[in-house]
Amino acid sequence: MADKKVTLEKKDRFSVCLRSTLMQGSWNYERMQNGGWCYAMIPAIKKLYTTKEEQSAALKRHLEFFNTHPYVASPILGVTLALEEDRANGAPVDDTAIQGIKVGMMGPLAGVGDPVFWYTVRPMIGALGASLAMGGSILGPILFFVLWNIIRWAFMWYTQEFGYKAGMSIAEDLSGGLLQKVTKIASILGMFVLGSLIERWVSLDFVPVVSEVQLSEGAYIDWANLSGGAEGIKEALTQYTSGMSLTDTTTTTLQDNLDDLIPGLMPLLLTFLCMWLLKKNVSPIVIILALFVVGIVGHVIGLL
Amino acid sequence: MSIISMILVVLVAFLAGMEGILDEFQFHQPLVACTLIGLVTGNLEAGVILGGTLQMIALGWANIGAAVAPDAALASVASAIILVLGGQGVDGVATAIAVAVPLAVAGLFLTMVVRTLSVVYVHQMDAAAEKGNFFGVELWHIIAVITQGLRIAIPAAALLMIPTETVSNLLNSMPAWLTDGMSIGGGMVVAVGYALVINMMATAEVWPFFAIGFCLAAVSELTLIALGAIALALAFIYMNLSEKGGGSGNGGGGGNVGDPLDDILNDY
Repeated sequence: MADKKVTLEKKDRFSVCLRSTLMQGSWNYERMQNGGWCYAMIPAIKKLYTTKEEQSAALKRHLEFFNTHPYVASPILGVTLALEEDRANGAPVDDTAIQGIKVGMMGPLAGVGDPVFWYTVRPMIGALGASLAMGGSILGPILFFVLWNIIRWAFMWYTQEFGYKAGMSIAEDLSGGLLQKVTKIASILGMFVLGSLIERWVSLDFVPVVSEVQLSEGAYIDWANLSGGAEGIKEALTQYTSGMSLTDTTTTTLQDNLDDLIPGLMPLLLTFLCMWLLKKNVSPIVIILALFVVGIVGHVIGLL
Repeated sequence: MSIISMILVVLVAFLAGMEGILDEFQFHQPLVACTLIGLVTGNLEAGVILGGTLQMIALGWANIGAAVAPDAALASVASAIILVLGGQGVDGVATAIAVAVPLAVAGLFLTMVVRTLSVVYVHQMDAAAEKGNFFGVELWHIIAVITQGLRIAIPAAALLMIPTETVSNLLNSMPAWLTDGMSIGGGMVVAVGYALVINMMATAEVWPFFAIGFCLAAVSELTLIALGAIALALAFIYMNLSEKGGGSGNGGGGGNVGDPLDDILNDY
């Protein structure tokens, strides 16, 4: 088609991309993201179709059921824009072809978007930001917000453009090797980081005292016989850094014993327990509430 | 709290409510929402710390398909407001976290109501589309977004109406065993989010990376950035090696051997 009647300019495509930010705005139980999808397509529909009948038909066509990960909707939008453009220029692209492409792409792409964005990028940037923020640093939230939005905008714009330029052929590309590779790298990263996060951030301390050992003289700081004033403080500090104990007994809690085994073993087992419960279709909400009860009861009886 | 602060808090709540469904800018994530509320009420440090702590709990909360995760938006906004009203500053973080989680559950109900309400809006959009009325379609979509914003903004405004003394008295009257117990519970709840994520991603192929990550994390000198770099390096090494294996024609055996460990772990 050398001489197209209408084409979508870059600014039209950009306008669609901007609007796709509201993709999930009217998310509903009946047709899910259909409203947001149609809302995003409007600038293109206005440009491509001039008669009321065509416009109305296009609006209705894009109010059909649609649901995928909100960011990977962008490449699908791109392909759909290319198809609509062909159709407006007289190519025999019917409703079923457009609907087919949308439905055909949304499933596999959601399968990439969820693990990559919700399960890898967000937990990673979130954990990075949160660990800074827990120390009171404002840098944590800023880092999270800026980094996330750069990644998001770049992804949405470039994949939409990619989809538009590739047109129909993208559907085949996507089911090929590249996507599987991206998903695999994401899940490797994700699993590694999850392992680290469980060790670092799930806290489960058992406080019961297992043993209390009286230390021999000279193994602890003899507070009664220190010199007075600053001299005494210096002596105490020197003795402490040389490895002497602050008290005359060593208390070993259950947690110390567990840490000698593998640090973070209990949090790991707790996570496995949660995974098992989730697989048994126990609702996460129920598990969360139960853990609070366990925390309170455990604390009251002196276990945690 | 000054009128301006209150207006700004409601505005932040509105943004968080919209984002709770849009999931784009991430205003609903605790790290952002709590920080912003801390900022506009002059409790920046406490807000940042609350945001960071709550973010750790909420890391694995994500909306997948039609399933809804605990509502991070209401949890962040309401717990930050309670933290501010309680007036204990950084010391109040543990208590604020403890009330945040039940609120995240309560927020689920509001989410479902609005998502059902949106069915009505979408039918209005159908009617507008029938007439080729672009403005009508746009209008009802925007109304839906605004409703999502109000979902959090209205409860936030209601919370602000409660006198400061009432909130701080209530918080102070909570016995220590309860608040301590709840913050211990909070430490464990983090595991639920991780478990959700692992269940979605785990395959026999990637479990070894989980083990490496877990063991390396015990080396406290490694920052999260360092761990991320190691993870990325391992991922690329693995991809390269497995591709080379595939290229030589006999690599098929590499990844797909029936792994008894996987069966055990999946049954777990």
